[in-house]
Amino acid sequence: MKRLFPAITLILVMLLTLPALAQEGGPNMPTDDEVNAIAKGLYCPVCENIPLDVCGTQACAQWRELIREKLSQGWSEGQIKQYFADQYGDRVLATPPARGLNWLVYLVPPLLIAAGVYILFRALRAWQRPVAPAMPDGSLAEGQDEYVLRVEEELRKRP
Amino acid sequence: MDDVQTTNMEADPNPTSRSRPHWGRAIVWVGLLVLLGILALGLRRTQQGPITIGDRVTGITLTTFEGEQINVDGLQGKVVVLNFWASWCKPCEQEAADLESAWRKYQPGGDVVFLGVDYVDTEPEALAYLEKFSITYPNGPDLGTRISQKFRIQGVPETYILDQEGVLRFVQIGPFTTLGQITSAIDPLLNED
Repeated sequence: MKRLFPAITLILVMLLTLPALAQEGGPNMPTDDEVNAIAKGLYCPVCENIPLDVCGTQACAQWRELIREKLSQGWSEGQIKQYFADQYGDRVLATPPARGLNWLVYLVPPLLIAAGVYILFRALRAWQRPVAPAMPDGSLAEGQDEYVLRVEEELRKRP
Repeated sequence: MDDVQTTNMEADPNPTSRSRPHWGRAIVWVGLLVLLGILALGLRRTQQGPITIGDRVTGITLTTFEGEQINVDGLQGKVVVLNFWASWCKPCEQEAADLESAWRKYQPGGDVVFLGVDYVDTEPEALAYLEKFSITYPNGPDLGTRISQKFRIQGVPETYILDQEGVLRFVQIGPFTTLGQITSAIDPLLNED
């Protein structure tokens, strides 16, 4: 009986732990959260505008299983996303890769914002500037626009 | 007017200092024009319609699941049946057996080529689908969805039939319902010689 005790204990422990392992899908099987963390950054072309982690179609379910399979094989998030981009095109990525014409997405908005801020800054400064008359000796008073003065002078000269 | 110009010339003792803002403006305008040009090109590309009946189909290469590359340009002289499908697509299953039957009918003659383009699918499920329906004609994934984008497919299944000159002659949106429907689309093209 003493010899059987360790064997019985081992069997009992295995019986108790196996259901838990099966529920998790095995020790190396990625969890749904891990799969969805990557799926969140992918879009299936069949169901446009619905992120893969919340898409309910069979196609998307297959994609999520593919992510799970790649994760269990030790692939990184970057490798998996690159695989999907190679297989199905860049349009499946939530964030377009910074190459080719995609650069415009990253460059144009900041440039437009910077240009807008500059124009606004110039406009505000122009509004704040007091309109000063020309000095008697012909020199410019502070804040006076030389170009505007010259235009006005030329206009005065016109018959 | 000359007087105005002369006055301007005289009033500008340092012309290089005044030319700087002009350069800045020129760069901004050139940048804007380049941006508009790129946008126009992009819009033109998106506005380009799909391949329609009567258009010559070129530049399509299918890499099969076995790794063989089939270039449609090299299939001139043969009628090409290009079928878009997916393992997750239930309507595709309706026509799978009929497409395989049609392929087996035309295969001995060698005048018709069937190509299956697997759209937005996963390989294990796709291979299981091919095995389930005993499909023997070449099939491969639509890598980068390049082929489907060229045809601007609306979904699967869709079938495009090209004549011996590589010109699109028949489009089937949705599944074929009978074998006769498939053969009636192919036979007139074979009889054109």
